Amino acid sequence: MKFLHDILEKQKPMFEKGGKLEKFYYLFEAGETFLFTPATTTPTKGAQVRDAIDLKRMMFTVVIAMVPCLLFGMWNVGHQHYLAFGKDADFVGEFLFGLQHVLPIILVAYTAGGLVEVVFAIFRKHPINEGYLVTGLLIPLVCPVTIPLWQVAIASIFAVIIGKEVFGGTGMNVLNVALTARAFLYFNYPLQISGEIWTANATGNIIAKGTQGLVDGYSGATALAVAAQTKAGETVVGNLAKASEWNPGLYDFTNLAIGMIPGSIGETSLVMALIGAFVLVATGVASWQIIASAFGGAYFMGLLLNMIGGNPYLELPAHYHLVIGGLAFGAVFMATDPVSASHTATGKWIYGFFIGFLTVLIRVINPAFPEGIMLAILLMNVFAPLIDYYVIQANKNRRLKRATV
Amino acid sequence: MSVIKLKKGFDINLVGEADSSVAPQRLSKTFALKPTDFIGMYRPKVVVKEGDTVKAGTPLFYDKKLEEVMYVAPVSGEIVKIKRGEKRKLLEIVILADSTMEYVPYNKYTVSELSSLQRDDILPVLLKSGIWPQILQRPYGIVADPKVQPKAIFISSFDSHPLAPDYNFIFKGQEQYFQVGINLLKKIANCPIHLGVSANVEVSKVFSPKNVEITKFSGKHPAGNVGVQIHHIAPINKGDVVWTLNPYGIIQIGKLFMEGKYDASKLVAIVGAEVSKPQYHYTYLGSCVDKFIEENLKNDHVRCVSGNALTGERIEKNGYLGFYDHLLTVLPEGDRPRFFLTDGWFAPIANRLSFHRALGLLSFLNPSKAYNLDTSMNGEERAFVMTGAFEEVTPMDILPLYLVKAILAHDYDEMEALGIYEVIEEDVALCEFIAVSKQPIQQIIRDGINLMREG
Repeated sequence: MKFLHDILEKQKPMFEKGGKLEKFYYLFEAGETFLFTPATTTPTKGAQVRDAIDLKRMMFTVVIAMVPCLLFGMWNVGHQHYLAFGKDADFVGEFLFGLQHVLPIILVAYTAGGLVEVVFAIFRKHPINEGYLVTGLLIPLVCPVTIPLWQVAIASIFAVIIGKEVFGGTGMNVLNVALTARAFLYFNYPLQISGEIWTANATGNIIAKGTQGLVDGYSGATALAVAAQTKAGETVVGNLAKASEWNPGLYDFTNLAIGMIPGSIGETSLVMALIGAFVLVATGVASWQIIASAFGGAYFMGLLLNMIGGNPYLELPAHYHLVIGGLAFGAVFMATDPVSASHTATGKWIYGFFIGFLTVLIRVINPAFPEGIMLAILLMNVFAPLIDYYVIQANKNRRLKRATV
Repeated sequence: MSVIKLKKGFDINLVGEADSSVAPQRLSKTFALKPTDFIGMYRPKVVVKEGDTVKAGTPLFYDKKLEEVMYVAPVSGEIVKIKRGEKRKLLEIVILADSTMEYVPYNKYTVSELSSLQRDDILPVLLKSGIWPQILQRPYGIVADPKVQPKAIFISSFDSHPLAPDYNFIFKGQEQYFQVGINLLKKIANCPIHLGVSANVEVSKVFSPKNVEITKFSGKHPAGNVGVQIHHIAPINKGDVVWTLNPYGIIQIGKLFMEGKYDASKLVAIVGAEVSKPQYHYTYLGSCVDKFIEENLKNDHVRCVSGNALTGERIEKNGYLGFYDHLLTVLPEGDRPRFFLTDGWFAPIANRLSFHRALGLLSFLNPSKAYNLDTSMNGEERAFVMTGAFEEVTPMDILPLYLVKAILAHDYDEMEALGIYEVIEEDVALCEFIAVSKQPIQQIIRDGINLMREG
């Protein structure tokens, strides 16, 4: 690979100070360091040897952890499509349908957001951070497959600028960038991201009212929507069964857990999210405390609401809350974003717990928002510095107390 | 005797540990004192000229802010060079050693005479002798101010850094000097003296003196760091001053009063993967390293480090060992690019050590293996992203990431509240090693300390 490195090194002076393309130095740096870890050695003073890790490997680990969700999501897009139209398709056919409609969304998210990163890197003269490798994949995974591509582009651009760059770039953002994109879509284009929009028609768009060829009694509602619409006197579980009469078993507990249900591309499957969680926790990249406490918080809240009771949704068995909606995906991939989460060990427990707790609260109590995980994480992103503040304050107080004793 | 078990930390096992043997004596011709080794020094004032002859113990320079403390020649000979850098910054004073050593004479005392010595008999001699700079003060890790009485004195009797010399070996048989040094220190400081010993090995005779409070420490590096030990024995609060010494300094004090001379002889370990025969060498403080590595290297493309691989300083192949160092580490230079698919960020890596377990980092499967690490940064400097890792390698009730951020923000109150008085570079060196973002954590801590000192 030496020849490739030599070619790159030859171009380098052009990008360095005084070179013709000086402005694009950090673009060049991003490309070069992607291919080659630089020959930089440790400075004269200090640690003379360094750990083998770097940010690229860490971010790449997160991307790998998302792959099960991504692949399953692609297949599920096809699966839901063929279910809705009652057509037979084999596994490969379903997957290819999904691939065909998901890939453009990923490309658009990476390109639009990545471009903003590059522009900011050039003007603010800082290296391009690897964090967008993760963000650019998270955005598609929390969107419905039917989302118009231009909306993906705008949302990605908005998220990178307002969610990250205005705060100073990677490492400084308050909110999770991918969820900022989703919140932007949710509040600006509600028609394309809520309601019965989750299943794609043959061209990858929303199945319009009156579309021909649908299975009798087809309903594209998500489990969350069905749960929220359950009336007094019925049970949510019963209503879920009723809603899936066109396709019996669709909203069975196991089916919900495996994730063969309508929803955003990557977030339907608890099982795949848990595989991702296993990768993240085993590699130490994500905090297991956050993941565990988020699930714990949701379950606890579910139990608490069961005890209060009063309407069918409140009485939904607590374990259902863990499998419906995007709780698992959010808890594993969004809540654990190290920059926007709590930074202290104690803080992580509190932060995760309230994410789970609030998710279920929002789901059940607030009829305007069928899903609570997005808002719960964004809300806790805002509160994370406050939680940390008190944890740090406790550390300072211990030191202060020691001095005055 | 209490044992403190430290759960946090990380051992860096490197190839090239010193064999417990002393190489045949081959003294270097030149020795040097480097004012840059004394981090807190304000401005050195040189009192010798090139061409002067000096004895072992003759003052070479002093700090204009601490004029009573002398920095002296480790050997007798001729001043051959006073090396200055940019803005005439004093870098090295080089001495060409005589073949027979001459010492500046001091009074010799018998054991019974020693016990009747008073503070005023001891202190001026120590200040003049050149041993005083062995006494460092915390906060800040700078040469102690003799006008300030310490709350306590702390000594660590073991070094847990990578490839560190075995103190039981290099100070073997010096128990009498060590005891006298302790006794004399006690007289001038009149405060408790704490000795931290390793719970992992048998305590040697040297480190079983009277007049000290012994605490055992078990655990991974940085269990041997005196700063960590202080934190667990009697932490430094605002306004406190404590002293720390390497056992070497205490033995020097003993020798000064028992034998009447400034004895800068020492055993140093020459270690590292690139050293053909890693073992101990007999020499004097500030020795040129040329003789240690002559015909003793496997490879030419190496880096010589005065001190250890975590906190040391790069020196030339004819450079000089630092004032506080008992170790020369020779590491392979890592100045080659790494293609991402073969040995870069994408490839599985089993032969480079990592604290982390991110995809492809396999060293956690083999925790006791000794690694041959080169000097590559293994990545580029990036913004802080990872959280929670620094705390894992810092066995103190301190939040290193927040302390670092407070320093970067020049927030004095925060720095103080978060424990800047309790740390120096070596206490956070592991954070620098494991940092995903490759930030210069040790330098940042020193910058913070300097900010606090300037107030």
